[in-house]
Amino acid sequence: MYAQLVETGAKHVQSKDEMSPEEREFQEKIDAETKIEPKNWMPEGYRKTLIRQISQHAHSEVVGMLPEGNWLTRAPTLKRKLQLAAKIQDEAGHGLYLYSAMETLGADRDEEIEKLHQGKAKYSSIFNYPTLNWADMGAVGWLVDGAAIINQVVLQRTSYGPYSRAMVRICKEESFHQRQGYQILLDMMREGTDEQKAMVQDAINRLWWPTLMMFGPTDDESPNSQQSMAWKIKRKSNDELRQMFIDQTVPQLELLGCTAPDPELKWNEETGHYDFGEIDWQEFYEVLKGNGPCNRERIKTRKDAIDGGAWVREAAAAYAQKQRAQAA
Amino acid sequence: MAEWSLFEVFVRSKHGLNHKHVGSVHAADAEMAMENARDLYTRRNEGVSIWVVPSNSITASASDEKEVLFDPSDDKVYRHASFYQLPDEVGHM
Ligand SMILES: [Fe+2]
Ligand SMILES: [Fe+2]
Repeated sequence: MYAQLVETGAKHVQSKDEMSPEEREFQEKIDAETKIEPKNWMPEGYRKTLIRQISQHAHSEVVGMLPEGNWLTRAPTLKRKLQLAAKIQDEAGHGLYLYSAMETLGADRDEEIEKLHQGKAKYSSIFNYPTLNWADMGAVGWLVDGAAIINQVVLQRTSYGPYSRAMVRICKEESFHQRQGYQILLDMMREGTDEQKAMVQDAINRLWWPTLMMFGPTDDESPNSQQSMAWKIKRKSNDELRQMFIDQTVPQLELLGCTAPDPELKWNEETGHYDFGEIDWQEFYEVLKGNGPCNRERIKTRKDAIDGGAWVREAAAAYAQKQRAQAA
Repeated sequence: MAEWSLFEVFVRSKHGLNHKHVGSVHAADAEMAMENARDLYTRRNEGVSIWVVPSNSITASASDEKEVLFDPSDDKVYRHASFYQLPDEVGHM
């Protein structure tokens, strides 16, 4: 999802008998749904995995502003521009809540951001796709934020207190994102010209599969997924979440009067779910490796923003120092 | 962000309620911390008042001190109203 492939470092999941007394006490707390707080003892693997997961999540929020920033100066009306600006500002906030949660684990924000810039830290594959027309702002809000909500709602129950609380805050803000996106599309479909309607369908065609990829590949039986589940930093499998998303989204798609670029998508009376076609995982892994359409551009924009803002941070620090000196 | 310090943010959501810890912000000074806190934690009328406190000014109890710190109140049941059983005739008290 926003953290798609998180390495736990686990070779196998320990049974209670194999655990040290500390580890056992820790696992029992998690089993009893007691939140782990920053000052509590925790296994190194748990700490490191969480730092990886939360930083990936935070990077995704921050990089996720870029595809939308592309349309800020070209929004069709002042109203839409203000709404989009508010949504993007929320995403900046989400990044900050998450970086703060990550710092409670002893990680350093600058260091983690440096890893992103060096291509060592991941962020969600979805943000490496371009936003080519205004309807993309609708489709991103509806589909991408919709997928994010499915994932984040579950993460509100994650075992690490600060992460869970950040998720609660974030979830409160997300539904506005999805609704503003869907409304953009609905307006275009109901009141738009044929050309505008075609833009909506085009946006859906391009973003449909990359959105389904956001949930990550099918969980294997690897110790990695099992460990994340045992630690309750992952609470539902990728496939379960993806299915929930599809089941919830198809009726909305139909209400728009649009279609998905998947001939195999159809309701299955027996399972009570939608069946859907094969996802191109080759494409997913290529994007994760840095070879998506916009990977290089995204990282460059982030770096330029940090470098270009250096003088502002220096000036603020110098000003604060001067104020302190005058007060003394 | 290394040259900036960390501030903890407390927000009073409504008049008459306590300030409650909501998170933290990095800032060059308290004034900037206040502005950042406003942008980050009160975008939707979440508060009527904000406190920002340098994080390093906070002394927190350690979790392994839990027993030393809180045990003394454990065995003092007589501090709770429910400890005092009164006959029904007394009614609500
Ligand atoms: Fe977000
Ligand atoms: Fe969002």
